Amino acid sequence: MEFGIFSVSDVTRDPTTGYTPSEAERIDAVVQIAQKAEEVGLDVFAIGEHHNPPFFSSSPTTLLAFIAAKTTRLKLSTSTTLITTNDPVRIAEEYALLQHLAGGRIDLMLGRGNTAPVYPWFGKDIRTGLPLALENYNLLHRLWREDVVDFAGRFRTPLEGFTSTPRPLDDVPPFVWHGAIRTPEIAEQAAYYGDGFFANHIFAPSEHSLRLINFYRQRFEHYGHGKRSQAIVGLGGQAFIAKRSQDAIEGFRPYFNEAPVYGHGPAMEAFMRQTPLSVGSPQQVIEKTLTFRETFGDYQRQLFLIDHAGLPLKTVLEQLELLGESVIPVLRRELDAKRDPEVPERAPTHAQLVKAKYGENEPRQPRPQANRGDNVTGSSPYLDFDAATDGNSAFKAR
Amino acid sequence: MTQETQTSLVVISAGTSDPSSTTLLANQVATRALNEASGRQISMVTQTIELRRLARDITDALVTQFISADLQQALDLVRDADALVVATPVYKAGASGLLISFFQVLDNDLLIGTPVLLAATAGSARHALVVDEQLRGLFAYLRAITVPTALFAAPEDWGEGMAQRVDRAVAELLALVAGGFREAVRNNVWTSYQHHYGSAGGAELAIDLDTDLMRLATGRG
Repeated sequence: MEFGIFSVSDVTRDPTTGYTPSEAERIDAVVQIAQKAEEVGLDVFAIGEHHNPPFFSSSPTTLLAFIAAKTTRLKLSTSTTLITTNDPVRIAEEYALLQHLAGGRIDLMLGRGNTAPVYPWFGKDIRTGLPLALENYNLLHRLWREDVVDFAGRFRTPLEGFTSTPRPLDDVPPFVWHGAIRTPEIAEQAAYYGDGFFANHIFAPSEHSLRLINFYRQRFEHYGHGKRSQAIVGLGGQAFIAKRSQDAIEGFRPYFNEAPVYGHGPAMEAFMRQTPLSVGSPQQVIEKTLTFRETFGDYQRQLFLIDHAGLPLKTVLEQLELLGESVIPVLRRELDAKRDPEVPERAPTHAQLVKAKYGENEPRQPRPQANRGDNVTGSSPYLDFDAATDGNSAFKAR
Repeated sequence: MTQETQTSLVVISAGTSDPSSTTLLANQVATRALNEASGRQISMVTQTIELRRLARDITDALVTQFISADLQQALDLVRDADALVVATPVYKAGASGLLISFFQVLDNDLLIGTPVLLAATAGSARHALVVDEQLRGLFAYLRAITVPTALFAAPEDWGEGMAQRVDRAVAELLALVAGGFREAVRNNVWTSYQHHYGSAGGAELAIDLDTDLMRLATGRG
């Protein structure tokens, strides 16, 4: 089981002090938060992507590359990378380079984004957001697996003999999650490719997420990637912890009451009853989180949202310490003991993916031919596929 | 869920005082409908949703999309209703904002084909057209079918004549119920309305794998 945190990168006023951090302060804080996550024994740090205030994370790979340089063990991910407004070619390039720099310690989660005005800023249209996402991912999937790609689609300029560089680390693409709340097509795509499926899960009762997760599991099995119980599932959650339950309730309430999305709405207690939010002692957070497994079956990744709604850095770091000291070790022990031994313990790591592809053999290390100005003429752009071996699967785009 | 053999009539009242003349009118309709139904061998049950008690929950849902347990119960009742009686007071020459808010929280496809009897009360006869001119559009959007006779009661209307209008409206409502309008629409053309996964109050869970989007999802664009 992988445990981690995911951030939406909001820069929000602290309702208890009235202080709004600057973008500079918040960016510095999030780096400290990621480092702390590693220090307290968490497995994953994920950051969102937004292109409007009050968010800062417009360029997740830049941030994650910096964090990668400051950490040694933490897996870095996204929550989410926009598969709609980003050119899949740029995603292929940026995340492959990040994967190299991070020594394979990355994966990414794709999402559509639901802010209508963002689409036209990037020349896209939210009304075609779903087919755009599906087509873009089909292309992204190929760009990481085929050295030379010819592509013609509905939404993007055609590609003729295009090579996305660098090739993925060890020629093994990063693991991909697909995030969706109520879109069966996204679950179907995740299942078809044998990718992971992530349910944000934090705003709605669990049964809403459960329906789509069960569909994904069933289709994962249908496409021959394993049993339905072996599909790779991730869940979001929200927690605020204090040694004493009452301190947690009092400490979090002012932030809850003014939080973006659900603030100025339901009472915190009602939200706690009906959604995955847990506010309380470590034991209460543990108990609530264990119910997720009861509902969804064994799953591979649990991410908590803990740095939003104006919570100051000091508080977030304390939360991480509590999570790392008193919550995660117990959850790890309990969930590991309960897990069906046939079910993967976590989302595949780079080392596992390398092993799966090459067994005991050395991974491929692509070395480019001399520059020819294009990839259209001649043979492969890489030395290990010359004209003589043309017809080798990795070079054949079609 | 009501048993299949029972017809569920759900009354939704946005009246706020206690007793409220709006709820009074709505209940008068429900009682009349029950009597009329039993005369026609229709087994009918009625339940009343007083929006006053859900006012905070409705507001929460409107601004944060959080559906409380109580509101969910009301939404489930409405989803499973075979017919509705909707009654509102008139404020500032319009239907109660509480009533409008409630219907704005519903899934767009929750009421498709559902017969609806509309009723309003007001302090003056000058508001008599609020139902016909303002409220019908909301139910047209929701693809519900409103009965031709709208009930309206200004203070002077509570006496003679009202019973007759109630009878007429109820007869129209029961004609739609007995004729199976809602079922016919849902059985025959349900898929030609817009739905999304989990809509229709969680009832819309069919996934069609034979679509262009599903083919695109699996690389066959």
